[in-house]
Amino acid sequence: MSEQPAAARPVRHRAAVATTAGETRASAYVCEAASCMSAQAHDITVNLAAQCAAAGLTDVMVKRVGCLGLCAAGPLVEIPQTGELFAQVKPGDLGGLITALKHVKPGATPKPQGPFFEKQLRVATENMGRVDPESLEDYVGRGGYEALQSVLADMTSTEVREVISQSGLRGRGGAGYPTALKWTTVAKAEGKQKYVICNADEGDPGAFMDRSVLESDPFRILEGMAIAAFAVHATEGYIYCRAEYPLAVARLRTAIRLAQRAGFLGANIADTSFTFDVQVRLGAGAFVCGEETALIASVEGKRGTPRPRPPYPAVEGLYGCPTLINNVETFANVPAILRKGADWYASIGLGKSRGTKVFALAGRIVNTGLVEVPMGMTLREIIYDIGGGIIDGRPFKAVQTGGPSGGCIPADYLDSPVSYETLIDLGSFMGSGGMIVMDDTACMVDVARYFQDFCRDESCGKCTPCRVGTTQMYRLLDQITRGAATMDDLATLERLAGIVQKTALCGLGQGAPNPIFSTLRYFRDEYMAHIVDRVCPAGVCTITPVEVMA
Amino acid sequence: MPVLHAKPAPPSDDKRWKIVETRMRRMGDRPYALIEALHAAQEAFGYLDESALNYVGDTLGVPHSRVYGVATFYSYFTLKPQGEHTCVVCTGTACYINGAKDILAGIERELGVKPKQTTPDGKLSILTARCLGACSLAPAVIVDGAVMGKIGAADLVAQLEAM
Repeated sequence: MSEQPAAARPVRHRAAVATTAGETRASAYVCEAASCMSAQAHDITVNLAAQCAAAGLTDVMVKRVGCLGLCAAGPLVEIPQTGELFAQVKPGDLGGLITALKHVKPGATPKPQGPFFEKQLRVATENMGRVDPESLEDYVGRGGYEALQSVLADMTSTEVREVISQSGLRGRGGAGYPTALKWTTVAKAEGKQKYVICNADEGDPGAFMDRSVLESDPFRILEGMAIAAFAVHATEGYIYCRAEYPLAVARLRTAIRLAQRAGFLGANIADTSFTFDVQVRLGAGAFVCGEETALIASVEGKRGTPRPRPPYPAVEGLYGCPTLINNVETFANVPAILRKGADWYASIGLGKSRGTKVFALAGRIVNTGLVEVPMGMTLREIIYDIGGGIIDGRPFKAVQTGGPSGGCIPADYLDSPVSYETLIDLGSFMGSGGMIVMDDTACMVDVARYFQDFCRDESCGKCTPCRVGTTQMYRLLDQITRGAATMDDLATLERLAGIVQKTALCGLGQGAPNPIFSTLRYFRDEYMAHIVDRVCPAGVCTITPVEVMA
Repeated sequence: MPVLHAKPAPPSDDKRWKIVETRMRRMGDRPYALIEALHAAQEAFGYLDESALNYVGDTLGVPHSRVYGVATFYSYFTLKPQGEHTCVVCTGTACYINGAKDILAGIERELGVKPKQTTPDGKLSILTARCLGACSLAPAVIVDGAVMGKIGAADLVAQLEAM
């Protein structure tokens, strides 16, 4: 297994917010999410606040916000009054920003911000880049905790589950299990003690949706969890977060403390009899812990190995008690659904996939970043209109969705709408929402080998099909990329992939053959080129010259 | 429920053991605090040696074998001391297709260290990470806690040599 040492530790700082005494004429929203933070975004906040004060701009507010979405162009600063977005801001050169802030007219209307923002629909991420992630007042000011308060005041737990059921919300962790069904199972399960767990163990390489949500709007997750806890009669909650996300962990801990102090967590929330508290548990770099039974083992302080289901965690989970496990994004949708109504949420989407989905765009794409779109938008709209197309105008080759359990979708299917069902039909998987775009410089056999290497490394070793199968599949793929394989090897690979898919214990093993199947389905000619002609069409793999038989 | 086993004394009078002890006590010195305790020990000492593993196990009432099993299962924990400087190379998908392979090859060629190895003089450890979540900066590396994005092999090696 690869080692994951202490990643960048966040510097704890006081909120560097210059608030205005009177009316705010203009504000500067400085993105302080991980990607911009690594480019000294915090220095921008500090310097900008100081320079505004020095320039006598007393009616300007400088605010730290969460992810502004367009990570590729960070660090970012936005002036919401005019809609201006400043990209690649240097902490030492803020003159342009100060000038722009001086010229904001009172009551200005924001100008359109281009297709990257216009085509998105923000539900789970509606507060992202709008609120200070460490300010409860800011969250409440944008409608935060309205949903929880109205739930506690006017609704029964059955009614809450009914609203979620009508909204059509499905699990955003990837598999798309109907959220209301899971909630109902937990609510009806027998047991005095029940738990709610937020799965924030976002392990898919190339996916950073959950991290951005946690860093940008942590109170929303706490509110969503509290509503879920009310609906399933739970009193304790855990957020299982990767230790590789130090900023998200720090912000969550701050949010929990502030929410406890304000009476939104703890005993007698909002002066009712409802009691619910949340703790953060750190992951320790095991991909398999995203699987719910492995996650539970890890929260209990054990090795994160999955166990056979049933019994499902909804019946027998943490410490043997009924446990509700939902993904970060699922919880982020809950407050919005209860505030705006199930009909509103159900009106968005396609077929059985209702609502929106957050995607992390990465790879060879111009606008790397975080986007949220209604279900049913086509891949082409996401990649070309929002994502800005391929870097250097190179030809699009494939988009990889669903992480190591997903697949690669070629150019022919760019006009397919994105939903749980269509992605499965295309041989891929919704997954947690990573979209990695590849151009003609990517070799698809090498990509399959890369994912198999990942699965081999991350396999927990409990069941044989996964432990042995992923290693053997990796070796076969490695042989192909070295030009040392025969057609028999390819047949063995396909047979083995089928066996692993059918017999592995958990999602990791069952999904491991997916990248192989999908690349074989759409790019079999590349496999043939490696095996028969011993060339790598993309020029990625190093194939030693053929020994000429005399 | 009272803890039935006697609490052991820390391996040394190093003050950092207090941090570890406090973290375990806050969770009631119960077995489920194991991962949190290992995090605390690694944060304090940089790595987990045998005395740390045994101390944590004895305090929480977890057999040494199970502590070792947990510490070696999770890739975040390391049982070896790290070099003076660390360089983490992200090998997530976005970084991989943007040239993380070339970075690792460059480091191995120029500095003679592979991932998970430390230079003979103990100056530099090279590590890999599955995904730092800094995909917009791909290929990304973390040198001594500072993220560097969109970096080439030659630039990185030059910087590492300068340290």
